[in-house]
Amino acid sequence: MVERRPLATFIAHFVLILGIIVVAFPIWVTFVASTHYAKDIMTAPIPLWPGSQFVNNYRTLLFDGMINPTAGGVPLWRMMTNSFIMAMIIALGKIFVSFIAAFAIVYFRFPFRLAVFWIIFMTLMLPVEVRIVPTFKVVADLGMLNSYAGLTIPLIASATATFLFRQFFLTVPDELAEAARIDGAGPVKFMKDILLPLSRTNLAALFVIMFTFGWNQYLWPLLMTTDRQYLTVVMGIQRMINVADTDPQWPLVMAAVILAMLPPVAVVLLMQRWFIKGLVETEK
Amino acid sequence: MASVNLENVRKVYPGGVEAVKGISLDVPNGSFTVLLGPSGCGKSTLLRMIAGLETITSGTCRIADRVVNEVEPAERDIAMVFQNYALYPHMSVYDNMAYGLRNRGTPKAEIERRVREAARMLAIEDFLDRRPRALSGGQRQRVAMGRAIVREPQAFLFDEPLSNLDAKLRVQMRIEIRRLHNRLKATSIFVTHDQVEAMTLADVVVVMNQGRIEQVGKPTDVYNRPATRFVATFIGSPAMNLVPARVVGPGKAEIAGSGTLRFDPDLFQVAEGTSIEVGIRPEDMSVSATGESTGFVIKPEFVEELGPNRLVHGVAGGEPLVLSVPSSMRDLGNGTIDLHVPVERVHVFDTTTGRALRRG
Repeated sequence: MVERRPLATFIAHFVLILGIIVVAFPIWVTFVASTHYAKDIMTAPIPLWPGSQFVNNYRTLLFDGMINPTAGGVPLWRMMTNSFIMAMIIALGKIFVSFIAAFAIVYFRFPFRLAVFWIIFMTLMLPVEVRIVPTFKVVADLGMLNSYAGLTIPLIASATATFLFRQFFLTVPDELAEAARIDGAGPVKFMKDILLPLSRTNLAALFVIMFTFGWNQYLWPLLMTTDRQYLTVVMGIQRMINVADTDPQWPLVMAAVILAMLPPVAVVLLMQRWFIKGLVETEK
Repeated sequence: MASVNLENVRKVYPGGVEAVKGISLDVPNGSFTVLLGPSGCGKSTLLRMIAGLETITSGTCRIADRVVNEVEPAERDIAMVFQNYALYPHMSVYDNMAYGLRNRGTPKAEIERRVREAARMLAIEDFLDRRPRALSGGQRQRVAMGRAIVREPQAFLFDEPLSNLDAKLRVQMRIEIRRLHNRLKATSIFVTHDQVEAMTLADVVVVMNQGRIEQVGKPTDVYNRPATRFVATFIGSPAMNLVPARVVGPGKAEIAGSGTLRFDPDLFQVAEGTSIEVGIRPEDMSVSATGESTGFVIKPEFVEELGPNRLVHGVAGGEPLVLSVPSSMRDLGNGTIDLHVPVERVHVFDTTTGRALRRG
């Protein structure tokens, strides 16, 4: 630890407070804007304190939706549910698939094991955007457009998570697997009883990252879904701004932004303790 | 409890490395057998083949007269204690010990009884609710042994279980393992590279080198009557001196520059004129009292003081020679000294094969 000196403490706090203001101020302005009439925030000076329309704006947005040609009438709670379902399936699916894949690669001897690993590893270089046209073709041919399956399955395979789990499994001493074998635990039991509890912190960390990743998906849902019933929040916000011949309903857009931020924040807060542990601590 | 029999067991790794080169060994029911050898001699591989963690390339392994070559480790009815304990970090001590029993569908009450009994035996009753992380090295080792004991297996396999402990604890645990064995009378196979552990624990010591067995015998046998040069130098500290010599008469060996040494022609059969190697343990030699001539002389080069005794270093027949003398002994001075060696304590080895040239 660094020695405590008043000046150093002051500078450190000053920098931290400055950082917080820089990050937090736009969010505050967004929140304030979501509580006013549209005309109030379009006229100078921009209000810096919450207005009277908080309840009204949020209720309209959540339950009635915004009436405009592109986002027409889909209530925000519907979009939030879609986003939540999509993010959950992607996060849990990614964790499940990559956990099993890493388990196979580390603990089983099969032909071309290393080749398989490197092929998985190489897909790291191909993000969704690069392979989006062939992926769309495959999903369309399988008739999965406008469905949760089509929204999530192509995003589930994850080289990053597989790689992370593999690295973690390699640090688990071999003797543990051998002791479990002698104790009469087969591969599945070993995975369930020993490996899964040991990976707890890694699971939490990955869940946070993957949930946020899923929640923030924009391009893929945009291509995949034409039915308004499958609108996600991120797409919804874009459509709210996209209006012709008139000003966007800024207070409602701002309210949608605030609401869209909440689930990832909640996940981070809930998982924070394990998440940080998983990133900084190797518990063996 | 049961016996373990190995018949011409070999292990060849995929790269072509032959780690175990045809070993046949009988571990009788209830005996404590120690596999002793330097690192890389194949002793751990052999143990892991008995446990079923390594496949057997050829040969047969029997536990309780049942061929187990193709049997899963869990079904061989053995328990193993690992060097790094291999305790499940996320389970309490109790669960660590109970895990194997639960997997076998042992009734709850029976598990409880066995775990409590083993815990009492090992004096770890107070830690049953703790995680392994909260235990000291010695306590973890006990839990690992407890996990083996509750299984009531046909045989216990120990893979260098004491090497991770500090010196003092190692001595203490060694005694406890022996005490436990006397109580349980369980067939045990113990792998170590530490000769003191081997000598103190074993009923039978199996000395291994480069994938082969060099000698099987009681601890006193491998110490007093080593079958090969390797065993002779591996067991005993400081190591046995090996000096080139030539047989010049019945029971007489000539050592270049050091005179002649007598060995027992009734114990060793060797023709006159043959080149041999004689082996003498440092502790078997003594400096001739009153300077009387014995025919075997060396010139001391330097002396190491160890406390209870001194090691005197010299040269005989072109090879270094060490002898251990009591610290109370007078100063040796600068000249040559005459050494007295009891005739029955001299070992004779073949120069080329390294085998002891014992009769019979």
